[in-house]
Amino acid sequence: MTVLSDPPVGSFRLSMLIYDSKYRSYTFQFIALMIVISLFAYLGSNLLTNLQAAGLNISYGFLGESSNYDINQSLIDYSSRSTHLRAAFVGALNTLLVAFLACITATIIGVIAGVLRLSPNWLVRKLMAAYVEAFRNVPVLIWIIIIFTILTAVLPAPSAFRGENPDATMLFGAIAFTNRGLYLPAPIWGPGSLILGVIFVASIIGVFAYRSYATKLLFDTGRLLPMGWPSFAILILPTLLAYFILGRPVTLEYPELAGFNFQGGIQILGSLIALWWALAIYTGAFIAENVRAGIQSVSKGQAEAAASLGMRPNRTMNLVVLPQALRVIIPPLISNYLNITKNSSLAIAVGYMDITGTLGGITLNQTGRAIECILLLMAFYLVISLTISGLMNVYNNAVKLKER
Amino acid sequence: MVFAAQWAGEKKPLRKEADKQEEVSMRKTVTLGAMTVAAFAAGAAGAATLDDVKARGKLNCGVNTGLVGFAAPDANGEWQGFDVGICRAVAAAVLGDPTAVEFIPTTGKTRFTALSSGEIDILARNTTWTFTRDVDLKFDFVGVNYYDGQGFMVPKALGVSSAKELDGATVCIQTGTTTELNLADYFRKNNMTYQPVPIETEAEAKQQYLAGACDTYTTDASGLAASRASFENPGDHVVLPEIISKEPLGPVVRHGDNDWGDIVRWTFYALVAAEEYGITSANIEELSAGTDMPEVNRILGTEDNLGAMLGLEPGWAKAAIAAGGNYGELFEKNIGENTPIALSRGLNAQWTDGGLMYAPPFR
Repeated sequence: MTVLSDPPVGSFRLSMLIYDSKYRSYTFQFIALMIVISLFAYLGSNLLTNLQAAGLNISYGFLGESSNYDINQSLIDYSSRSTHLRAAFVGALNTLLVAFLACITATIIGVIAGVLRLSPNWLVRKLMAAYVEAFRNVPVLIWIIIIFTILTAVLPAPSAFRGENPDATMLFGAIAFTNRGLYLPAPIWGPGSLILGVIFVASIIGVFAYRSYATKLLFDTGRLLPMGWPSFAILILPTLLAYFILGRPVTLEYPELAGFNFQGGIQILGSLIALWWALAIYTGAFIAENVRAGIQSVSKGQAEAAASLGMRPNRTMNLVVLPQALRVIIPPLISNYLNITKNSSLAIAVGYMDITGTLGGITLNQTGRAIECILLLMAFYLVISLTISGLMNVYNNAVKLKER
Repeated sequence: MVFAAQWAGEKKPLRKEADKQEEVSMRKTVTLGAMTVAAFAAGAAGAATLDDVKARGKLNCGVNTGLVGFAAPDANGEWQGFDVGICRAVAAAVLGDPTAVEFIPTTGKTRFTALSSGEIDILARNTTWTFTRDVDLKFDFVGVNYYDGQGFMVPKALGVSSAKELDGATVCIQTGTTTELNLADYFRKNNMTYQPVPIETEAEAKQQYLAGACDTYTTDASGLAASRASFENPGDHVVLPEIISKEPLGPVVRHGDNDWGDIVRWTFYALVAAEEYGITSANIEELSAGTDMPEVNRILGTEDNLGAMLGLEPGWAKAAIAAGGNYGELFEKNIGENTPIALSRGLNAQWTDGGLMYAPPFR
C-alpha cells in the first residue's frame, strides 16, 4: 500500500533567494541597486567631506550677487549691474534661441537633402550624397570655426563702409554684411500697428479656414479649388490694404554707420550666424539620412499604387510616402534635436554667450563656484532635453502607425 | 586623480589672466572631469603639505597649459618660464632638487578646484590676487611675482589716442578673466558703451582684431606687448596709455596650512632678496663660502639657521636661488627685454630701482 502525501508546501527559506529561480533575479537586482546607491552615496559624502575639509560649502548665494560683466547679446534687459542669476537667464535664452533656429533650419535642410538623395537625377543625388558625407563626417566644432573664420575674414569691417568711395556698400542701402555681423533695418511700431497685427493674425486664421473648406469641398463633392494663390492673397492683401489705409504705421529704422559701428537697426551677431548655420548644416546631414531611411522604409508598392491612381510624384511624396515615413523619421529626429541643443554649448568657440558661456564660463570663473555652476548647468540641459523629447514624443504618438 | 585632472586640463579651454593659447573643446566632459576630481580627491587637502611633498619626493605644481614666457614646455618637453621658475625654486628649497617637480597644466576653470582638492601643492599660473579668491575661495596668495595691469591696443589707423575715446567701440576680450570685469567697470565709470566680443584663445583674438572684427583688444599689458610683437607690422598698432586695472599675479597655496605658505612665501622672497643683494646663480658658490654681509649669510644659510625654522635644510634658499637664478635673472631669461616677449621691468623692478619688488628682511 502506498501512502500518497501532498508535496510539502514550501515554507520560505533564505537559501531560496539564490537557488530558487523565482527569487534569484530579484536578489541580484537588489544587490546591484544597493551597489549603485552606495557608490553614489560614497561619492556624495566624499565630496561634502572634502569641501568641508577645504573650508568650502555648497551655496547658491552667489546667484544673487551682481555679475559685473557685460554680455553682447541679451534678449532681456541686462547690464553689468544685474545678478549672476539674470546672466544665467540671458545665457539660457541665447542657448534656446540658437537651438530653436538651428532645429528649424536643420529640419528644412535635412528634409530637402534627404528627399533629393533619392532623386532619379544622377547629379542631384550625388551632390546630396557629397553634402551628407562631407558634413556629418567633420566634427561640428570645426564647422563652427570654419564658418566663423570665413565670416570674419571675407566680410568687410564696418570701417570699410566709411568715406566718399567706400570699399563696401550696403545691400539696397539697408542691409550691411560686416565681419561683426549682419545689420538689418528694424521695424518701428507706430500707433495703429496693433490693428495691423490683429488683421495679420486674422489673415493667417483665414488661410487655414479656406484650406480646410477647400479640403472638405474636395472630399464632399470632388471639386478641387485652387490652393496656392488664394492662400497667398488671403495672407497678404488685407494686411497690405490696412497698412496703407492706416497711413503706414510701421516704418523701418535703417542701420547707419556712426562712430565705430553701425547704429540702429537690428544686429545679428556673426557668432550667432556661425553657430546657427554650423549646427544646422551639420545636423541637417544626419536628418537627411533619417529622412532617406524613412522614405525607403515605405514599401515601393505604396508609391506605385498612388501612381496608378494617377497622382503626380509631388503629391505621392507629400500625401502617401512622407506621412508613412514620419513614423520612422521622428524618433531619430528627437535625438538630433537634443544633439543640436547640447552641441550649442560649443558656442564659446566663437564667443557666443550661451548658458555655458555665462553661467558655466564667466560666472564660474569669477565666483569660483565650480560645483554649483556645473550642477545648475546639468540641470538646465537635462530639463531642456527632457522637454524637447517629451514634446517630440507627443508628436510621435500623433503620427505613428495606429494599431487598432 | 592625477590622471583625471590632467585629462580635464588638456581637454578644457583654458582661460588665464594674462594671455593664453588655449584650445576649445567639449566643456561638459571637462567640467565633469573637474567634479570627479573634487569628488575623489579624498582628504588630500589636509594640513602638512610639507610632509606630503617630502613623502612623495615631488612637488605638484599647477601651471598654465602653455603660455610662452610664463609656463610652456620647450622643444625637449622641459617646462620653461617665469612661473615655472618659482615651482623649481620651491622644489629645490624643499627637496633639494629643482627637477623634482610634477607640472600639472591647469586651465582658468580647473585651477582653483585642483588646488583646493590637493591635486597640486602650489598654483603658479598668472593668477590675479583678488579679495574673493583670497577670502571666499580659501586661498592664500603668498606674494606678487608679476605686477600687471590691463591695457588696450588699437590700430593706429583708428586715430584713437586714449581709452576715453572708445565710446561705442567693439572690444575683443578674453572671456573668464578679471579683465572682463575691469572692462565693464571702466566703461560704466566713464559712462561709455561698448560691445564685448568674448574670445577664447589668444590666437583667435589676434585673428579677430587684425580682421577688424573688433576695434580694440584688451588684456593684461604684458599680453598686449607679446601679441603686438608677433604681428606682421607691430608699428601699425599702439597700446593706449591707460592702464585700467591692477593685476597682481602671484603664486597661490591653500588657506590653512600656514607652514607650507611660509615656505613658498619665503622661497619667493629669497629670490627677490637675492637680486637686491647681488646673489646670482654665477656667484652663489663663491658667496656661500661666507661674506661680510650678514643678510646674505643668513639667506645662504651660513649664519643663523633660518631653514630650520621653516623645517628645511640650512641651504634651502641657496638651492632655490641656484635652481634658476634670482628674481631678476628669471625675469630676464623668460620675459625680459632680450626675449620675444620683451617686457621691461617697470613696476617689477626692485624697490631700489623704483619698482615694487620689496623683500621683507631675512632675520
